[in-house]
Amino acid sequence: MSSEPSAPPAPAASPAPSALSAPSAPYRPGRLSTGDRVFLSAFIGLPLLALLVFVWLPAFTSIALSFTTWDGIDLGDIHWTGLGNYTEIFTNYPPFWPAVRNNLIWLLFTALLPTPFGILLAYQLDKKIRFTKIYQTAIFLPMVLSLAVVGFIWEIIYNPDTGLLDSALRAAGSAHHIDWLGDPDLNLWAVLIASGWRHTGYIMILYLAGLKGFDPALKEAAALDGANGRQTFLRVTFPALKPVNIIILVVTVMESLRAFDIVYVLGGGVGSKPGMELLSLLITDNIIGESSHIGYGSALAVVLLLVSLAAIGTFLVQTFRKEDR
Amino acid sequence: MTTTAVRPPSRPRTARRPPPHGPSRPPRNLGRHLFLAGVSLLWLVPLLWAVYTSLRSYDDTARHGYFSWPHSIGPENFTDAWTQSGMPHFFLNSVLITVPAVLGTLLFSAAVAFHVSRFDFRFNLALLMLFTAGNLLPAQVLVTPLYRLYLLVPLPGWMSDSFLLYNSAWGIIAIHIAYQCGFCTFVLSNYMKTIPKEISEAAVVDGAQVWRQFFQIILPLCRPAFAALATLESIWIYNDFFWPLTLIETGDKRPVTSALANLQGQYFTNPNLIAAGALMTAIPTLLVYFALQRQFISGLTIGSGKG
Repeated sequence: MSSEPSAPPAPAASPAPSALSAPSAPYRPGRLSTGDRVFLSAFIGLPLLALLVFVWLPAFTSIALSFTTWDGIDLGDIHWTGLGNYTEIFTNYPPFWPAVRNNLIWLLFTALLPTPFGILLAYQLDKKIRFTKIYQTAIFLPMVLSLAVVGFIWEIIYNPDTGLLDSALRAAGSAHHIDWLGDPDLNLWAVLIASGWRHTGYIMILYLAGLKGFDPALKEAAALDGANGRQTFLRVTFPALKPVNIIILVVTVMESLRAFDIVYVLGGGVGSKPGMELLSLLITDNIIGESSHIGYGSALAVVLLLVSLAAIGTFLVQTFRKEDR
Repeated sequence: MTTTAVRPPSRPRTARRPPPHGPSRPPRNLGRHLFLAGVSLLWLVPLLWAVYTSLRSYDDTARHGYFSWPHSIGPENFTDAWTQSGMPHFFLNSVLITVPAVLGTLLFSAAVAFHVSRFDFRFNLALLMLFTAGNLLPAQVLVTPLYRLYLLVPLPGWMSDSFLLYNSAWGIIAIHIAYQCGFCTFVLSNYMKTIPKEISEAAVVDGAQVWRQFFQIILPLCRPAFAALATLESIWIYNDFFWPLTLIETGDKRPVTSALANLQGQYFTNPNLIAAGALMTAIPTLLVYFALQRQFISGLTIGSGKG
């Protein structure tokens, strides 16, 4: 990835196929001066170097480490085990399948409730009505807050002794004493509510941005043809916003697979708790926990990576295919 | 989810199509306002509850419980949290990480976006994909090798008293920039594609070199996109605590969000105080959001592949 600035212009993308011989095409790369070339190379080189060294190099090293056992201390202690970590994870690691299940629940929940709701809100806000900014701010606010605040806010809501939820239930006459974050059957859903609270605003903002870039003439044409609001949205706006929809989908999938910090905060910052196992937490447990099982954690990370790659791949193919004419 | 509790009051959904500016607009919008106001209020409840808690004294809540009318309201918790917990120090840590990281991310991604969207180099698409995909990798996949890498990279003493990239703010800034570049490159390249090519052509005709094109023409035109990205990136980077948690050893050097653990351990007995402290950590991102709000939506040209 180091030869691009000197490459000839891509013929497929150029409007005039004879760009090389036509001096009238003003800034094809072929026409750049040496100084410009040096500038552009440095310009792309530095970010590219940072990306390769800090992101891609560690990613590939992780994949390699997943075939080894290592305590994370002495580099000489790295031993090759082949697929040992993987068989161990799939067959003999109790929290693994609950974590997979919880990640799936997370994904389904997020995809079915907060995401469509965020889209609905964006659609409602995309009208010329008053107070839009106020509504936007209120719903986006949870995204702005740091997780320190989010974790704390939900802690004082879910706390079984002093929390808002149980106090309100008691005031309403319920005698139950529900430990929302402690009960393994409930805590995942409690965290999902908190997560959905944040996610909705995020999707709303992304979708609103997409709607603003949408050609209003299309909507007007649909309205003139007698389509009502819902029909216009489902049949005209939604399909036309395919690029945005793909981004929303990828954001939802990635956020669900990567879900970490809100669970970490609400779980008390001690790693995975019963009922709240997630792949990201298991990886963290193994890598920075008391006993470092680097190879093991890396293998878990690779499992997560492979699942993510399905989403990343879909996104890249869908988004960039049309540009690759 | 609780959101289903708020239903849009039945909108008049008759077959009659309302004329564009006819008399049927107010009732339609009334329903919409009720719906949006209801949701907004519901979304604010958790936050308002935290604010309410943080304003009450510990004695009051200990005696009457949290779910009660206040007997004393005051800002004491905020002043106490500020003075007792060393928060100014951790705020400074956060600022020293967030500001360079956001600026670096924007500059780097603007450079890459300029490169891939304003020129027809052969590997542009591959580059764009490489950057975008990098941002989608789970952070946990990167952390172990990154940790070892940081232990290997020496830094001069004036940059880091650990003499390493590990346990230093520079390391956190570096990974934030490298990791966040992908998203910003994606958004910015979409934005730059909407700037007519003729502008660059005119600049070339006038003899402007590429660096002047970039700094004097393209960058100023991208201001809305920068505002939107600066908002999002400030929020993300400021709020992140995974990298500091794993790559900074000394609690003293951590940003305010990861230092919450310190706060919590120290003041575990007084949740009201922690509420105040936690709310204060939200102030910087709120300020950024409100300052750049005007351009926030308009600058986020995600996937508007008009080109």
